[in-house]
Amino acid sequence: MKITALREFGVLLLLVLVCTVAAIREPRFLEPSSINSILLWAPLLIVVGIGQMMVIVTRGIDVSVGSMLGLSGMLVGILFRSQPGLNVGLGVLAGVGVGFLLGSLNGALITWAKVPPIIATLGTLSAFRGLIFIVSGGEQIDGNDLPVALNQWTLGGPLSVGGVTISWLLAMALALAGAAAWFLAKTRAGRDIYALGSNPEAARLRGVPVNRAQFLVYAITGALAGLAGVMYASRFGFVNPATAGQGYELTVIAAVAIGGTKITGGSGSILGVVLGCFLLGAINVALAVLGIEASWQLLVYGVVILLALLIDAATRRTLEVRQVA
Amino acid sequence: MKAHWIGLLALACVFGCAPKEEANTSPGTPSDTGKKLSVVYIPKNTGNPYFNDVNRGFEEACKEVGADFTTVGPASAEATSQIPIIKEQIQRGVDVIAISANSKDALNPVLDQAKAKGIVVITVDSDLTDNESHRDACTIPTDFSKIGEGQVALLGKLIGNEGEIAILSATTDATNQNAWIEKMKEELKKPEFSKMKLVEIVYGDDEPQKSTTECEALLTKHPNLRGIISPTTVGVAAAAQVLEQRGVYAGGPKAVGKGVELTGLGTPDQMRRFVESGVVKAFQLWAPYNEGFLAAYIGTQMKQGKLKPAAGMEIDVPKLGKRTFTEKLELVGSPLVTFDKKNIGEYHF
Amino acid sequence: MPRPGVRSRCGRLHKHRELIPAVLVVVAFIVGSMQSRFFLDSRYLLDSSTLYAEAGLLALGMTLVIISGNIDLSVASTLALVAVVSANLLDAGWGLPAVVVAALALGALLGCINGCLVAYAGIPSFMVTVGTLALYRGVAQAMLGAESVKMPSELIGIDMKYVPGTVVPVSLAGLIVIATVCGLVLNRSVLGHWVRAVGTNEKASFYSGVPTAGVKVAVFAIAGMLAGLAALHIDSRLGVARFDHARGLEVDVITAVVLGGTSIFGGKGSVLGTMLALLLIALIRTGMGVANVKAEYQLAVIGSLLVITVVATNLGERLASRGRVKMRTQK
Repeated sequence: MKITALREFGVLLLLVLVCTVAAIREPRFLEPSSINSILLWAPLLIVVGIGQMMVIVTRGIDVSVGSMLGLSGMLVGILFRSQPGLNVGLGVLAGVGVGFLLGSLNGALITWAKVPPIIATLGTLSAFRGLIFIVSGGEQIDGNDLPVALNQWTLGGPLSVGGVTISWLLAMALALAGAAAWFLAKTRAGRDIYALGSNPEAARLRGVPVNRAQFLVYAITGALAGLAGVMYASRFGFVNPATAGQGYELTVIAAVAIGGTKITGGSGSILGVVLGCFLLGAINVALAVLGIEASWQLLVYGVVILLALLIDAATRRTLEVRQVA
Repeated sequence: MKAHWIGLLALACVFGCAPKEEANTSPGTPSDTGKKLSVVYIPKNTGNPYFNDVNRGFEEACKEVGADFTTVGPASAEATSQIPIIKEQIQRGVDVIAISANSKDALNPVLDQAKAKGIVVITVDSDLTDNESHRDACTIPTDFSKIGEGQVALLGKLIGNEGEIAILSATTDATNQNAWIEKMKEELKKPEFSKMKLVEIVYGDDEPQKSTTECEALLTKHPNLRGIISPTTVGVAAAAQVLEQRGVYAGGPKAVGKGVELTGLGTPDQMRRFVESGVVKAFQLWAPYNEGFLAAYIGTQMKQGKLKPAAGMEIDVPKLGKRTFTEKLELVGSPLVTFDKKNIGEYHF
Repeated sequence: MPRPGVRSRCGRLHKHRELIPAVLVVVAFIVGSMQSRFFLDSRYLLDSSTLYAEAGLLALGMTLVIISGNIDLSVASTLALVAVVSANLLDAGWGLPAVVVAALALGALLGCINGCLVAYAGIPSFMVTVGTLALYRGVAQAMLGAESVKMPSELIGIDMKYVPGTVVPVSLAGLIVIATVCGLVLNRSVLGHWVRAVGTNEKASFYSGVPTAGVKVAVFAIAGMLAGLAALHIDSRLGVARFDHARGLEVDVITAVVLGGTSIFGGKGSVLGTMLALLLIALIRTGMGVANVKAEYQLAVIGSLLVITVVATNLGERLASRGRVKMRTQK
């Protein structure tokens, strides 16, 4: 537990550091306009990150999240286009439902057909992306196909202080994060996920329903990616079959890794993931505000993931040494 | 052993499910398929709304001249993704390959193979800049030298020729965009635009997320910004979304001073919502339809030996009228069209 | 887990494993020629093979990596980084032999980094290589941005050269030679034996004196070196180097290896199977392409193929082991 807290504090420190450096070089970085930018950058990532973290806690990985996001967003977009005036809530339900089904497919492949997570989701990463093109006929969903109410998720919000707006998107993401933290800490099913991750064999012997837990994390991730698909439509105002969610898996894994989730499974905190998402958001916005050519983005993600891995390995080794002594 | 048969069955299934050949070619009577010319168009990638209108032009021109038309594109717009497709089309023995090239140089070897087989190669929309010898002719969307001029004049009109302006482009090495931006800079040197100051050029890589972040950063960095030009369809739509969400467009709820005016090159379908709500007053584009129509027309004419392009040569194209080949054997598709609240209802692409 | 009589059964199983792709290749030939009359043309198919030379080289390395019980998702990114660096070196006036050596060395180095993180830091390979997948391509992108580096014209077009007096492309012949070497290493050398041992049971092989960490580093280094070679091939084939070369190619590569009968859990697999499966994928892609099946269908098919193969093998294995248990109890 202490290590998790330490990691969360570390990410927070890094976040402050990034903001300070950016603010020194360009004081406008601290203006509401740029803070809003970060606050809108993070929500989609938080939503998908919550699921990815649970998956990684169980020693798995889900690289199909970007394709699930795109496919759900596209299907919801098609639904809105064919049924103008459809209630947004129903659209959300459809998005989450589609995502849940896609995630369940991953979960079933991994849990019952015993396909290693990386293989299963690498396959569905391709297959779902192909499906996006097939269901859409290669046509993108434009802004005027989407309901105005959906736009309000990004435009408005429950709270606005001094020009800084907490958008509905962010509010939803934070509420989900809260719910997920509660689920993981306080429910039996949530604790099973950690039990499965820290020691699968022991968990099985202790009677933890490991199959159910494993299936669940992928299904939840799918459902969350589905919701993120709808949020994507709100944030960007269109859904393109090629670009929606393309390459998102790396961003998400980077956010989860930096957030202190142990990559080898067993531990990870929602707070860490949320902080990790804000950190990546701050880095991206800072790069843009400072006018640094952002072909550095992918490099940053790579460094972040590997750094997190190395910190993991180092702490593990220290612990082992301590145990031996 | 069972596993083999499952795998086999699966493969047969996926193969069987895939649509059969000729599913998307226009039907021709079997008797004359031997003589019928076949035209294929390879867009940068499928799923790009811009190319749907180009496709429509191809379809109608091919109907006009009685040729078969097919379109096949890669799923992503990478330099290498079009190569296998070109090879396959050579093997299919098509007569005309029209292509919107994803790379100005990586396709040279394979296009040479096509030409060696007697296939007419026409580039559409994106030319092989500095590698023109690897294609036979090119159709360009509009007179590129007029775009810089047109965009600056349009924005100037919107902001009264005064104030800070910025440009949101695609990638740093996008040939077309860079040429237009150069023209814009030249144009801004003219006395009537002396009070318009270009403060920054940023690149959104034609990605929704990055274009959005870059546009938001523009607003942060330049609080007195009056205008944005985004000469790319992804960028202009992302910028419109940002201005709407921030409410800082001219006449918007959170506009500082007179607010920010946005213009650029976009498709009417993408921009409709913003024009109708007043976030964007006017933007420009050409008729992508014409590019396709022209390419199909000259391609088939050239294959039949009825046309041999030469610099300065004038041809009469059915429906579109007279066109003249430029120095680099380019044909111009259409003049720049300005879309606004009044006329956007007439356009659907 | 060591099982009695593993070796003899493995021997039998291997033959079966290669049978799957072999049968599928025949099916693909038949279906392909039914789908399009332009498909069955040996000259065309031979020429098209050059498009898959890079995937082939990557798949050879991947076969070793997967047999050792690991996975390398960074191969395509390694290729991109080496492609960009070596084109830059050529541009800076380095001679071809020096660039070839540099490319192979850089590829091996990048592979070594993967291997060391897996072997010495004890991080699962899929996580390490997801990180380096982003990192290596990220470095290439940071170096070049969206620009491309041109190759000297005399080095362009290795894919259009033929073995003198034949219609066999040099690329294909080269791939077959390298595949043979890999096959020999895997089946006839100590290293190959160790690779299988580590993949079958790492702990047991460690206690029986196999340098497990070294073996892991070696397989990743070999995979990296082959990616370096593939980088030179793609530079020559396309005439330019870009950071986005071969993006997403790892899916095709892993599909080929798994479809070729290499067990995703390590220990079992063969080079011949991988090559047959690669041929299958090339036939499917070429067949669908020449029949004008849209690219997005190909994405869906390759992705499904990967998952279906593993599901089918797992299922088959479970059935087989059930049969084995029955036989044993009968005895």
